[in-house]
Amino acid sequence: MDSPFTVALEATEIACERGGRLLFEDLSFALRPGEALLVQGPNGAGKTSLMRQVGGLLPLAAGQFSTTGAAHDVPIPELCHYIGHLNAIKTTLSVAENLAFWADYLGNGDVDAALAAFGLGPLAGISAGLLSAGQKRKLALSRLFTSPRPIWLLDEPSVSLDKASVERLGEIIGNHRKAGGIAIVSTHVNLGAEFTHTLDLVAQTRAPEGRAA
Amino acid sequence: MTAAIALLARDVSLAWREGGAIGVALGFYLMVIAIAPFGLGPDLNLLSRTAPGLLWVALLLAALLSADRIFHNDYEDGTLDVLATGPLPLPIVAASKSLAHWITTCVPLALLAPVLGLLLNLSIETIPLLVLAMLAGTPAVSFIAGIGASLTLGLRRSGLLLALLVLPLYVPVLIFGVSTVSAAITGPGSPWPPLMMLCAISLASMILAPLAAAAALRLNLR
Repeated sequence: MDSPFTVALEATEIACERGGRLLFEDLSFALRPGEALLVQGPNGAGKTSLMRQVGGLLPLAAGQFSTTGAAHDVPIPELCHYIGHLNAIKTTLSVAENLAFWADYLGNGDVDAALAAFGLGPLAGISAGLLSAGQKRKLALSRLFTSPRPIWLLDEPSVSLDKASVERLGEIIGNHRKAGGIAIVSTHVNLGAEFTHTLDLVAQTRAPEGRAA
Repeated sequence: MTAAIALLARDVSLAWREGGAIGVALGFYLMVIAIAPFGLGPDLNLLSRTAPGLLWVALLLAALLSADRIFHNDYEDGTLDVLATGPLPLPIVAASKSLAHWITTCVPLALLAPVLGLLLNLSIETIPLLVLAMLAGTPAVSFIAGIGASLTLGLRRSGLLLALLVLPLYVPVLIFGVSTVSAAITGPGSPWPPLMMLCAISLASMILAPLAAAAALRLNLR
């Protein structure tokens, strides 16, 4: 990564509502370039929802996100790589074709660097449908390198990865931070990466105001 | 622009490699038209008079068979999430995917129609006009199908609901499509005014349908 990122992300009093249930409210955090946020909490606490809100996939019930340091006309979702539970892999395309598509679509991509990131080079010509679950996850994570974007949203990135790959992932997150990137990660295992901030979400079952039964 | 081309090229090559959707649509079209003369009887005049209508109705139904796939695969495997964080506005994504459906389903169906027209005793002279009318009218078919596909995205067995939503919107295409070809066979009037109407319907749906589809996609991404 030769182009250091300078984007800072700030969340101001955001709230999330899913199906009439308030998952969290008054949540604020600020991440400067090179900082990483670890999101923790029990199942259903809203970790995935928070990531999807940053990525612009889920509307905010209250509050707002703001960035500084990015070009003015770039919306926040376009600064983000979102790696969710689903791998977004086309099984009829080869490993290299999957990455080449994301590189073309997301822009300014480097397919060779993406293939090298998790050592998928030898599998480049193989149909993605033949990969194991762990290899599919590595392919999904390799998408991070198909386009230089400052904010990484990693939702349980280590699922089905082997020990060496988990370490590699920690190293990659560290490199991203050194380049000035921001990482927001939710995980239940130790990735070996250092986090500057930790956010503990608690399970809430309260109904939102005015809608209580 | 590169992103839109990359998306379109990927969708076309996926449809080509998976093959199923195109095959099913073409097979359905062939079966319906091949069996129709048995139901209608051997009256050649009757067949050639009903040919434009039969060809158009069967084409619309065949195109609907694969319509639920426009967004479904990308929704299931999480690709749609990533597409939404890409550089393209969601209406452009929807337009690109509808266009891919047109290229991979409607164009092959329109090109198969002349062969099937022969089974219905459609006169050779009207065949170029039939293909022209189908190529002009089917963009509306794919783009309107995109609205239905995005609305029924999260549902299981969405096919029938999609057809219910979308078929009423196909009526203008059907009317002007059939009257283009009928005017050429039996008159009265010239085939060009209905053909112009078909073009207008297609152009309008290419602009308006992606906006509606994108709004429905946003809702389904939540």
